[in-house]
Amino acid sequence: MITLGDYLLVSAILFSIGFAGVMLRRNLIIILMSLELTLNAANLSLVAFSRFRVDPSGLPNYNAQVFVFFIITVAAAEVAVGLAILVALFRARQTTDVKDISSLKF
Amino acid sequence: MMSPFLFWFFALMTLIFGAAVVINRNPVASALSLVVSFLGLSALFMSLNAYFVGIIQVLVYAGAVMVLFLFIIMLLNLQAEEQRRINTLASAGGIGVAIILLIQIAVTIGRFEAARQTFPPLSASTTDDVRNIGAALFRNYNLPFQIVGVLVLVATVGVVLLSKREPR
Repeated sequence: MITLGDYLLVSAILFSIGFAGVMLRRNLIIILMSLELTLNAANLSLVAFSRFRVDPSGLPNYNAQVFVFFIITVAAAEVAVGLAILVALFRARQTTDVKDISSLKF
Repeated sequence: MMSPFLFWFFALMTLIFGAAVVINRNPVASALSLVVSFLGLSALFMSLNAYFVGIIQVLVYAGAVMVLFLFIIMLLNLQAEEQRRINTLASAGGIGVAIILLIQIAVTIGRFEAARQTFPPLSASTTDDVRNIGAALFRNYNLPFQIVGVLVLVATVGVVLLSKREPR
């Protein structure tokens, strides 16, 4: 049988993949995609906990699913703003590589 | 609940295509791998009786967000990635930090008592969970819902402002 730990493990691996993507890749678009992976890993954990904690009425705990709804909404807004910043940056510098954006580097 | 075979099938689909997002050199291939990864994740949500969240996942992520990503990739016409050399030491450091994080989370899950239990059965039907989530959203989380509405409005205004060319 599938236990809660299996879902949490899949979520942990997915989070690590997204984290590795943020650390390794230098293309800003790929970094934004990896951020989406980490957010979705958190969503998977939340939904698994929601299903695990069954209410007395026999339904899953919907508070976690409402939280997932908020995360998805905020993530969509974040992607829109992030990509708009990316386009503005590309207009100014003709690059999406984080190595080329080092004006604030000490 | 889903059968173990289907669970591992969709879990592997999510993880393999999630890794492909990071590994692929071509941004378009990364974006399409991300779509497949999100579809697998949506199946995992549905296996947890969260049908509304699963459908939202397909509509918002695999639909809207990925179209936005692909549109930006096509707009910027990115191809310069292939010529860059990989810094081996820095890559090994990044992978090492991610693996250490994974080991830490896995040990935490291993020590978590409830993680070894299977999911308790539901005694009520969850086929109308849109209504239940809607009730929870508007009864218990009405203020956060309206704040998120303001946030989306601010994001829209911000995107328009950022994308506008300033007159010279």
